[in-house]
Amino acid sequence: MMGGLQRLGRSALLFFERLGRGNLFLLRVLAGLPSLLPRGHLLVQQLYSVGVLSLLIIAVAGLFVGMVLGLQGYYTLVDFGAEESLGVMVALSLVRELGPVVAGLLFAGRAGSALTAEIGLMKATEQLSGMEMMAVDPVKRVIAPRFLACVIALPLLAAIFSAIGVMGGYFVGVGLLGVDDGAFWSQIQNRVDFFDDVMNGVIKSVAFGFVAAWIALYEGYDAVPTSEGVSRATTRTVVHTSLAILSLDFVLTALMFD
Amino acid sequence: MFQNRSIEIAVGVFVAAGLAALFVLAMKVSNLSAFASENGYSLEARFDNIGGLKERAPVTMAGVRVGRVEKIGFDNETYEAVVQLNIEHQYDTLPKDSSASIYTSGLLGEQYVALEPGGAMAYMKPGDTFKITQSALVLEEMIGQFLFKAAEGGDGQ
Repeated sequence: MMGGLQRLGRSALLFFERLGRGNLFLLRVLAGLPSLLPRGHLLVQQLYSVGVLSLLIIAVAGLFVGMVLGLQGYYTLVDFGAEESLGVMVALSLVRELGPVVAGLLFAGRAGSALTAEIGLMKATEQLSGMEMMAVDPVKRVIAPRFLACVIALPLLAAIFSAIGVMGGYFVGVGLLGVDDGAFWSQIQNRVDFFDDVMNGVIKSVAFGFVAAWIALYEGYDAVPTSEGVSRATTRTVVHTSLAILSLDFVLTALMFD
Repeated sequence: MFQNRSIEIAVGVFVAAGLAALFVLAMKVSNLSAFASENGYSLEARFDNIGGLKERAPVTMAGVRVGRVEKIGFDNETYEAVVQLNIEHQYDTLPKDSSASIYTSGLLGEQYVALEPGGAMAYMKPGDTFKITQSALVLEEMIGQFLFKAAEGGDGQ
């Protein structure tokens, strides 16, 4: 009985300790961002590995998500004779929800896990402490460029995802199923608002990029420096980032689209 | 050096593609292109019942979109709905006795405000109010009236 209570208390204390360290870590990263300005090449390098290398999975996933939305939406809408609204359905669901969320989830799996493994291995092979030894702050040199790269890359990836998805819906709807070309686009332009829909999607994806970067980098930085510790940290990154993105999406949706 | 250069080019392409996608979403998907002429002048119309009219709904004339619904309010004294319409500047020759009606596009479509020009020589000025308005048709009311008529007709026979 007492043992159970003690275990509960210990895990609660550990949880809050981790949470606190995570927040301090975030503060240090944010404080390290200004020092990036004279060192743009670090950011470019990370944008390449985080953004450019994620491009393929994002583009292909966006295309197929849009095409599936086109197919499924058509079969439902055609019953009501409202297949002209197909474009609106595809565009709104992509721009508002699926673009930021699915791009964020794929990003967590593709880039977040890689970041955690990289940082965790750097820690395990004592590269980070080596840097500290040389009076180089690893947070400024290693973490901050990766953090900023994520925050920049995810909104761009989400926009690419949405745009390609709308094209996929267009191919299926107009090309395959014979929805009217003009009605498809005019309905979209009538009903999709730039600030309410597109910009809110962008804000969402910035928030998701922030969260994904924070979790991935912190898990790597805080990993137990063994091969098992790194592998567990990588798993935790994917799980926690996915959960965080999905729940944050609900909160942001509730705030944005009242 | 070459490695660095190709990475930079790839990142440049990536950023450009992302911005281009955003641009496509802004111009092709959303109605931002219609925003350029958004700052028109505003007119007011009072309706007994606006049905399901929403803010930002289109305002049309002869089927052409000439503006959009800016604001929907309620007058506490006359119990009327007060609808502010934003009309684009290029359509500033609305006759004074034009009328505004609320119609539905299609059977299940959204509701919009249709303007019909009158015959007066003077034009409407910003802030003017439409004298003649026609409220939205509420389906339940129509069905109710129809049933009432049908019942009356049935009694007579």
